[in-house]
Amino acid sequence: MGKEKGYLDMQLMRFTTAGSVDDGKSTLIGRLLYDSKAIFEDQMEAIETASKRKGEEDVNLALLTDGLRAEREQGITIDVAYRYFATPKRKFIIADTPGHVQYTRNMVTGASTANAAVILIDARNGVIEQTRRHSYIANLLQIPHIVVCVNKMDLVDFSEERYNTIVADYKTNISDKIGIKDARFVPISAKMGDNVVEKSEKTPWYNGPTFLDLMETIEIKNDVDFENKRFPVQYVIRPMRDEFHDYRGYAGRVAGGVFENGDKVKILPSGLETTIKSIDSYNKKLEKAFPPESVTLTLDQEIDISRGDMIVGAENPPRQEQEVQMMVCWFNERNLVPRGKYALKHTSNDSRCIITEVVNKVDVNTLEKITDDLTVGLNDIAHIKVKSAKPLFVDSYEKNRQTGSVILIDEGTNETVAAGMII
Amino acid sequence: MEGYKLNHLAELEAESIFVMREVAAQFENPCLLFSGGKDSIVMAHLAKKAFAPARIPFPFLHIDTGHNFDETIAFRDELIAELGVTLDVGSVQKSIDEGKVQEEKGYNASRNKLQTNTLLEAIENGKYDAALGGGRRDEEKARAKERFFSHRDEFGQWDPKNQRPELWNIFNGKKHMGEHFRVFPISNWTEMDVWQYIYQENIKLPSLYYTHEREVFERDGVWLAKMDFMNLKPSEEVITKRVRCRTIGDVTCTGLTLSEANSLEDIIQEIAATRVTERGGRADDKRSEAAMEDRKKEGYF
Repeated sequence: MGKEKGYLDMQLMRFTTAGSVDDGKSTLIGRLLYDSKAIFEDQMEAIETASKRKGEEDVNLALLTDGLRAEREQGITIDVAYRYFATPKRKFIIADTPGHVQYTRNMVTGASTANAAVILIDARNGVIEQTRRHSYIANLLQIPHIVVCVNKMDLVDFSEERYNTIVADYKTNISDKIGIKDARFVPISAKMGDNVVEKSEKTPWYNGPTFLDLMETIEIKNDVDFENKRFPVQYVIRPMRDEFHDYRGYAGRVAGGVFENGDKVKILPSGLETTIKSIDSYNKKLEKAFPPESVTLTLDQEIDISRGDMIVGAENPPRQEQEVQMMVCWFNERNLVPRGKYALKHTSNDSRCIITEVVNKVDVNTLEKITDDLTVGLNDIAHIKVKSAKPLFVDSYEKNRQTGSVILIDEGTNETVAAGMII
Repeated sequence: MEGYKLNHLAELEAESIFVMREVAAQFENPCLLFSGGKDSIVMAHLAKKAFAPARIPFPFLHIDTGHNFDETIAFRDELIAELGVTLDVGSVQKSIDEGKVQEEKGYNASRNKLQTNTLLEAIENGKYDAALGGGRRDEEKARAKERFFSHRDEFGQWDPKNQRPELWNIFNGKKHMGEHFRVFPISNWTEMDVWQYIYQENIKLPSLYYTHEREVFERDGVWLAKMDFMNLKPSEEVITKRVRCRTIGDVTCTGLTLSEANSLEDIIQEIAATRVTERGGRADDKRSEAAMEDRKKEGYF
């Protein structure tokens, strides 16, 4: 099993791409999928036929990702589309999101689970408002790595000077300004394939990796918090059978830290302390469990624990708060109601909350704070304060994307109306 | 932190198990849609792992088109007995007999579309508030837009343009009376991931997935099995070939692959080299560009 063994050893990497119709995003994705053989002949035939019927000259690769009838009819992407491809090193999940200003909510959705964000800049236009917006959102959602592709290099004669100007502009006016920790740059032509998969001969001045090399090698395993132990209890397993008469297992997914057999842990909200008796995974007993593993913990003492409780490291517990400050992205056509009540979900915990204050709004294009108009509507990003009906066990979103995130739900319609990143 | 990195299969498994446990926790009466195909067999395996050492805490629901390969049903019954779960069956034949749906006519008649009615009725009769399915986003372009937790209104309809945003791993399963959810724990798996996982976990599959001799005929470039209920055109010739199933669905629309693969290693090699999608042999998807989207809107799985 030489070859297949290799396949079994791949790493999973999730990235998001944002951009508008004409910046070459679909072309880039199309090329990656085609070159990695993730597009099949029958899919290619189907989009060739569809392109022809619409009277388009070239095969429109956007038809691959625009899966809904309305999207194909209107030639726009409405919703996040997920695409998959693999190289011998990694399996990739692309969350392809539309880039128009009115689709901030989709960008946020796609960004929430990504390891990296790919931002395209048209080499002819340089850094534009949209570049700033995408970068801000990627950073707000704490995507650990940002890959800036300076695209359409063929249309600026592969000019080193032009590339350097854009990179410098991005660093000064975006990276430094919003505090992006890891930004990388590649000069490409998605259409011609330069520096996408193969190194281009037309950019002898560029010594860095190609786009795909970069995506295959960016270190992603340190993107999660391995220090502070967090285990939201999702479900209690009680077999109710003679052979497992006294078995009580707490099922969940490790959200932070490394749990080991015999570890001293604290249960929230009770505050009781005990030790881990075993870490079970189906028919195996594990020595350790780390993010993002799904396991079942058993404990030394019988303590009343249910869904919504959190098992944490005794020495470094999360903050216990009822008044929580967060950045929210508003998702709904109905505006945020000040003093309004919403259902709140945080890890496996369900609560209700009141929005006590809108502190400010952020203009995603200029990145300026707005304090004179505090109406929060669809696609707005705002700093708010909420009061929860019961205590939440939180970390700042910056420290932990799992224990630092919440969603708000309209109690009348049951729709998810906002995503919140705890400050 | 050295060493704390899962490979892609372990990470996908962890995600799927998390989603299954969310379903058990958030819903009162969920069920697992079981077709006997490889994806639902993988789903059964994941469910077994998610709740061990307890039994799987929900019944399996099979929508039986009546047009099955015999092996599928035998395999299903064995697995159900081994897992100790309850099986609920929704029968398309019964829906036809009761006059609730009309059998399609002509050579390409299929019961695939008729399943929707039976499925919705079975969900209503069983009072299921969530149905777990083995749909994957890589299968088809409308499926690429699916959420893990996919909301259905009281008519079982999917509204793709108005889906709830789904962030991090927080799933909103809130609903009104009469509505339900379809939940897709293996959304992020590809066909290759499924086969690699079956190999890694040594999961038993129906013999149909491996090469065997079968009476077949060719229609529109697709090899179909000769069965009593298949309408053959006069020009269609029945011959014996060595074939295997790449997917298993209703026999009338399940294309067979000419193949000599008789081990999981062979199958993985074959899929790595293939240039046609697994649904390329599914006549039900070829009906129009938006065939899947339209069926899904009506409540199809």
